[in-house]
Amino acid sequence: MHPKHIEQPTILYLNGVSVSFDGFKAINSLSLYLEPGELRAIIGPNGAGKTTMMDLITGKTRPDSGEIIFNNAIDLTQYDEAAIANMGIGRKFQKPTVIESLTIFENLELALAGGRGVFAALLHRLKIEQKLRIEEIMDLVNLSERAQDLAGSLSHGQKQWLEIGMLLIQEPELLLIDEPAAGMTDLETEKTAELFKEVSQRHSLVVVEHDMEFVHALDCKVTVLHEGRVLAEGALDQVQNNEEVIEVYLGR
Amino acid sequence: MVKLGPITRFIMQDKAGRNMLLVLLAVAVLVPTLNLALSEGSLLHVPTYMVTLLGKYLCYALLALAVDLIWGYCGILSLGHGAFFALGGYAMGMYLMRQIGERGVYGHPELPDFMVFLNWQELPWYWYGFDNFFFAMLMVGLVPGLLAFTFGWLAFRSRVTGVYLSIITQALTYALMLAFFRNEMGFGGNNGLTDFKDLLGFSLQADSTRAGLFVASCLALTIGYLVSRWIVTSKLGRVLVSIRDAEARTRFLGYRVDKFKLFVFVVSAVLAGIAGALYVPQVGIINPGEFSPINSIEIIVWVALGGRGTLYGAVIGAVLVNYAKSYFTAEFPELWLFFLGALFVISTLFLPNGVVGVVEQVKQLTIRNRRGKATDAVVPPPEPAGGQDRTAEESAENKPAKANLTTTTN
Amino acid sequence: MSTHDVSPSLKTFSTPNIYLVFSLLLAFFSMAPVATAEESPLLVPTLEKLKKANFNTRKQIVGELEALPDARVTLILENMLEGRLYYERKGTDFVSLDKVDGVYVAVSLLSDQVSEDVKKRAYKKISVNNALRRTLRESLASLQLRSPDLDTRLAAARDLLKSKDKDNIALIDKALASELDSSAQNLLSVAKAMLLARHGSEQERLEAISRLEGELYPEVRSLLSGFLIVDGDGTPIESSAPVRQAAEQALASIEDLITLNKGLENIYFGISLGAVLLLAAVGLAITFGVMGVINMAHGEMIMLGAYTTFVIQQLMPNHIDYSLFVAIPAAFLVAAVVGMLIERGVIRFLYGRPLETLLATFGISLILQQAVRTIFSPLNQSVSTPSWMSGSLEINGALSLTYNRLYIIIFSILVLFALAVLLKKTFFGLQMRAVTQNRRMASSMGIRTGWLDALTFGLGSGIAGIAGVALSQLTNVGPNLGQAYIIDSFMVVVFGGVGNLLGTFVGAMSLGIANKFLEPFAGAVLAKILVLIFIILYIQKYPRGMFALKGRAAEE
Repeated sequence: MHPKHIEQPTILYLNGVSVSFDGFKAINSLSLYLEPGELRAIIGPNGAGKTTMMDLITGKTRPDSGEIIFNNAIDLTQYDEAAIANMGIGRKFQKPTVIESLTIFENLELALAGGRGVFAALLHRLKIEQKLRIEEIMDLVNLSERAQDLAGSLSHGQKQWLEIGMLLIQEPELLLIDEPAAGMTDLETEKTAELFKEVSQRHSLVVVEHDMEFVHALDCKVTVLHEGRVLAEGALDQVQNNEEVIEVYLGR
Repeated sequence: MVKLGPITRFIMQDKAGRNMLLVLLAVAVLVPTLNLALSEGSLLHVPTYMVTLLGKYLCYALLALAVDLIWGYCGILSLGHGAFFALGGYAMGMYLMRQIGERGVYGHPELPDFMVFLNWQELPWYWYGFDNFFFAMLMVGLVPGLLAFTFGWLAFRSRVTGVYLSIITQALTYALMLAFFRNEMGFGGNNGLTDFKDLLGFSLQADSTRAGLFVASCLALTIGYLVSRWIVTSKLGRVLVSIRDAEARTRFLGYRVDKFKLFVFVVSAVLAGIAGALYVPQVGIINPGEFSPINSIEIIVWVALGGRGTLYGAVIGAVLVNYAKSYFTAEFPELWLFFLGALFVISTLFLPNGVVGVVEQVKQLTIRNRRGKATDAVVPPPEPAGGQDRTAEESAENKPAKANLTTTTN
Repeated sequence: MSTHDVSPSLKTFSTPNIYLVFSLLLAFFSMAPVATAEESPLLVPTLEKLKKANFNTRKQIVGELEALPDARVTLILENMLEGRLYYERKGTDFVSLDKVDGVYVAVSLLSDQVSEDVKKRAYKKISVNNALRRTLRESLASLQLRSPDLDTRLAAARDLLKSKDKDNIALIDKALASELDSSAQNLLSVAKAMLLARHGSEQERLEAISRLEGELYPEVRSLLSGFLIVDGDGTPIESSAPVRQAAEQALASIEDLITLNKGLENIYFGISLGAVLLLAAVGLAITFGVMGVINMAHGEMIMLGAYTTFVIQQLMPNHIDYSLFVAIPAAFLVAAVVGMLIERGVIRFLYGRPLETLLATFGISLILQQAVRTIFSPLNQSVSTPSWMSGSLEINGALSLTYNRLYIIIFSILVLFALAVLLKKTFFGLQMRAVTQNRRMASSMGIRTGWLDALTFGLGSGIAGIAGVALSQLTNVGPNLGQAYIIDSFMVVVFGGVGNLLGTFVGAMSLGIANKFLEPFAGAVLAKILVLIFIILYIQKYPRGMFALKGRAAEE
């Protein structure tokens, strides 16, 4: 299972992954790796395959070829979404997806690790320390005041925060975050970037983002995707000066 | 923010459900008493046909509860739940057939009349054991449960959802209907199973047996309600709601959506089967018509009208619609389908939360008005703008009327 | 609606079929009888001779008449055979005299002139005896076999298959000598072989029997199986063992062919059922594909179409043959208008909530059913079949294709083709595809999605109305007509994949054929159950149908 030509430990390693939909190659022999504890931003024009890449990692889509190795050991292409989530990979969608007719507290309770089986859920009772943990996260994402409100009543930005909170409470090793800054105010964006930088002390993070300000604030290694493969990789300024990248973003 | 434990919540916060159970208890005591204890001329006498009719409504209510459990809470719109009801009914019918014994028209000691009529020589293997009441009762739950398990296992694992699932559940009940219409199936074909004599030795014609069946129906509904309530107030219930609202999200949270759906689908099918089993001895017949797709869709309108996502709403809906049906089919038979059709349209267009939702909405308005007047004089309430003006007190017991689908999990 | 996939494959499906359509239509029209106006000056003098002749001479004269190149001879001989040939006592006319409603009517056989209420005394009958009758029959058969009209010749040859008369061999030989049409030649040679198999020498019989191999006429089969009959003691009635053996062999080969033809017939039935399903389901596929709406009242749109046909026929009782041409646009309009009303009145408030739409439209279907029961009656209404749709096209002795099914197959393919053109080539179709793929983007580009939804729903419903016209020719028209087809239509859509014409086509045809193939083994009901179970299992494997969209487009 160990990838042959990568020596250092990786949290995530995509090796020659391809997938096509009705003849359209969404991901074209994509290779990419992420070190444990790394914060990585993925940018790229529309249709570059960013969301499809997320789908592949989280088991929503199966690749036509290639392998996706998690923690140097597990080939994720063999598992479904729930199994992958339980291995410690959390995902935030592009469109904020929270459970609208449950309260904020209940949303976080569901995300809290443990009690994933049917009968475990039926007999589940919240422990004190779990309750404290939920409250801690609610504080972190600034939603303590609204604990008993329905998630459906939150603003767009608040939903983003709630979803991030749900991700964090899952205690994943790797977080995949799709366009977190969309719909946020500048202040919120700034705060989100701070949060991610802090989170990356303990978790590995992949952030897909359009907002260059935000990527800049993340201050991390950037991967540019184009037509389903890696176009460039490196620090943001470095990438921004890359001829090819400029052409893809501005040219044609 | 104080969070109540599930058990406390279970008892304390379900005001509507508690009221419903109290009414049910009262009915379970009063109706049989007034039927049996008072003479027929008496003013308060409840005629036996009324006991049977009410018993029938209770079976329908249990069926509606079963549908609400999967549709209201988990978003699975089954257009074939009548199949599980009918299967439970057939299991009971088979027991009742075997009880007839030699009293049939042909007087065969073992074979039911229709088998003698078809010149069958011996009992088909799948009729074995149905002369035993406990075996038959086991089958009442097991047969619908197993069918639901097989069907659900296949469908949910392959992620058949939404209208696709609805359509194939409809195909399922349609296929079963066609199958049960066949004489070769050994379930009485077109005519189904009927001419029952007695149950556990009690004559089905006796008033006391009817009253007993009525009480059993009350009991079944109560137990069904408590079981459903337990499920929806547990974390499992919140997973179900989560599946209903955001299936993909639930999966990425690490829940095996297919297993949760399968569990609740099987529970629901078993409840439907029990409802069917209680229904058959009260109406005295079970035939393939019970499998017809239109029956299954009718159940949906009970739930939709009552208020899906609230268990007592489903019960209220079932009783209301069936009362209307009894009334119309007796007084204006040709208007019934117009009425039923209009109910479908109106409840989907104007009553997304059913009558229960309307009542809640009215209640909320009056509470707000009253509080508005009271607090104006003292302290202006620090109510935030928008539709979120709910205090902790309200949210502890009421569902917000504006949410599309309400739950009782607050 | 991904017409992208549809059009290339549609071409491959429709081109040969259209060719088939035309050749079948040509075949149909060429069968119409052709009038001939041949007359011979010798007819009257020859007829005159009949007046005085005795039976023997009359036989001769009949022979002379038969040889005359005159189209009127057949009718004269037929009347003579039936004893209705009279001549005027005081005149020169020859008539067919008959008693109609108590009065005698004379139809001139020379000029077609009709004289009513004539005195029987004014005419004298040309009487016939048995020997003469036989001559007449032979002459008539021979005349028919030489008729300039192919249909008459074919019918006469077909009649000869029933003949057991050895003398007819000569007649057939005579006809064969002048016959140029290959199908008539074949029929004649079969008739001859059948007679030889009865009456020839052993050698001739064996040859004749082997000639009959592969002929599917029921008469051939009964002749051959007649050779194999045994009497009560088990001894064969046919004494010659080689003849029995040959007959057995020929019969076996015929049975094989019949099995094959039964298979073909099943395919035909399957295709015609598929065509019906296609008509019923394609509208459903459109509304589901474009709008994500499951219309449970779709079956009632079909029913409305069928009732429109009924009403149109009531309005034009004397022109049943043309009624369908009026009914098709009328049914389309009626169903489309009702569909648009439903869309504007109910469905548009429920977008994005497919399950609610399903329930609301189900309610509408109940209302429509009851409305039809109240307005018309709960009973079935009788819709007539135009004459051009009745009858069947005989391919061979064992296989004939009924015209009504044939026309419905053609019709459904035309509808599918028209629909593909509409979606692929028109601006409306372009807008529709745009909305299917990205509703928000389409609306921001100025497409009035609301109006388009109404039109789409109208189109889907209208096609269902047309399906109703077709169904009115196949089944009973009653309030439950729609119910009977709605589940099957769903199965087609689910099987083929939503919003995809090609999928609908393949789905309808495969379900139709599968149903008809299972029927002989399992019976109609069990076949249906098996197909339903198959689909329930199939959808586990392909939850979005055979031709599902993949990738991000499939998310919504």
